[in-house]
Amino acid sequence: MEPDVLSRETLIQASYLVTAALFILGLKRMSSPVTARSGILWAGAGMLVATLVSFLYPGMTNYELIVPAMFAGGALAWWSGKRVAMTDMPQMIALYNGMGGGAAAAIAAVELYRGENTGYATSTLAVVGGIIGSVSFSGSAIAFGKLQGLITKSIRFSGQQIFNMLLLLAALVLGAMVAFNFNATPPVITAFFALALLLGLTMTLPIGGADMPVVISLYNALTGLAVAFEGFVLNNAAMIIAGTVVGSAGTLLTQLMAKAMNRGLGNVLFSGFGDTGGEAAAGDVTGSLKPIEASDVGVMMAFASKVIIVPGYGMAVAQAQHKIWELCQLLIDRGVTVKFAIHPVAGRMPGHMNVLLAEAGVPYDLISDLDEINSEFETADVALIIGANDVVNPVARNDKSSPIYGMPILNADKAKNVIVIKRGKGAGFSGIENALFYLDNTRMLYGDAQKAGAELIQAIKAVG
Amino acid sequence: MTGIIALYIFMLAAFTGYEVISRVPVILHTPLMSGSNFVHGIVLVGAMVALGGAHTPLEKTIGVIGVLLAAGNAVGGYVVTERMLEMFKSSGARKGPKAGGSH
Repeated sequence: MEPDVLSRETLIQASYLVTAALFILGLKRMSSPVTARSGILWAGAGMLVATLVSFLYPGMTNYELIVPAMFAGGALAWWSGKRVAMTDMPQMIALYNGMGGGAAAAIAAVELYRGENTGYATSTLAVVGGIIGSVSFSGSAIAFGKLQGLITKSIRFSGQQIFNMLLLLAALVLGAMVAFNFNATPPVITAFFALALLLGLTMTLPIGGADMPVVISLYNALTGLAVAFEGFVLNNAAMIIAGTVVGSAGTLLTQLMAKAMNRGLGNVLFSGFGDTGGEAAAGDVTGSLKPIEASDVGVMMAFASKVIIVPGYGMAVAQAQHKIWELCQLLIDRGVTVKFAIHPVAGRMPGHMNVLLAEAGVPYDLISDLDEINSEFETADVALIIGANDVVNPVARNDKSSPIYGMPILNADKAKNVIVIKRGKGAGFSGIENALFYLDNTRMLYGDAQKAGAELIQAIKAVG
Repeated sequence: MTGIIALYIFMLAAFTGYEVISRVPVILHTPLMSGSNFVHGIVLVGAMVALGGAHTPLEKTIGVIGVLLAAGNAVGGYVVTERMLEMFKSSGARKGPKAGGSH
């Protein structure tokens, strides 16, 4: 090796080391609200260093393709990322994540088509990264479609799991042929990637929208792993470290989420939600829905000493977070204690509600999660449920036949008065009737959360 | 890099990821998922190298798609994470304009 090549190689490796350190420090800072803002800047600096230095790779060609592709992809993502509404964040993350998975699969494809024999270990890792990346790519695309409302049905057919297993098996057989260079012709490689992409589609299509947080988180972890495996193939330490960190962090995050819903990960992936027992649960609900006017709710809240707000997906759909915070500020000015109670899986992503409330300007110290707030409902005068449903359904506590039995819920039913803002009389995402709505201390305020919020503000102002 | 060294890196990085996330409050789950989504955008450097070594039209086409997707992952991940984290402030930091954010 010439001295110049050698020192360039050293510079690249040293820069990757710096990048890896910046990524880890950045993620660490992102895990506390105080330093979170600077965390992304650190990680961003790391990415910039790694990208710039990678242009120096000895023997690189095709710059005329690399640069335009980079700018086109980057500019499109920049434009869409700046424009997307906060409520649509989950699907955008799914989309960007799928792109990363697709890129990992593309690296695998280029290396495998090129077919320079670099040993079975390397080609096996390329194949494994390729299948994981492909599944993450097509699966995330479906997750995006579902959350964006492009795909409204959960497609299920009998024998679907067996079909998926066979598909996985076939992909693995082709993958093994490619990895061990047994008749690894380009058509076989193409068929391998086609099957892997199809597997991502058929795995994700039957999963309901309510489970998407877990699925997106899982695909995030999978993309990390795929990146790490392709890092081994390319002998790139930055990719190995960053990919593995994301893989393990994402796995932990996925577990936390699945636990919050009291469902195993396998259960989310391999069983359609609400397939069992849903109808039995619906029959057990007795009592009637009791409507209430916004003016009455306004008076009730204005003279309360403590109000707990429980937001859900309905608040996101109606974009009502600004109105709700305006309402809360009126209450706070009157001396009412206001707190927000967030269920871990409220909305379509963990922390989805927190992001929306933060957007509206709600200070994060008013926001409590399930463990902190659940004992406080007993002392609350009003629990205001805004477009949340399954996360406050008491059947999860006491009805063993219910599909959501055992899921930790917010004890909103323990409050002295429960007000539910809801668009119509339909059941929640899981299709289960909510026993909370029929309780004696519950009143229903029908309407879109945005409109109801505005009416409540008027009502409280009218109290004077 | 020998195989065993690579395995060591893999193991240590896995523990690091687990440790970094294990004490994170729920309110940061979405930004953190988004942030880790940005971090695996490092796939961009791999895509650059793969395209940089591509010869046939097929390899080049796939390579271009790879770089395009990877750049989207990195830039998009950064933009949305930054936008989300920008909004996290405590009540102490909000003593200024009281009206909160409206559209």
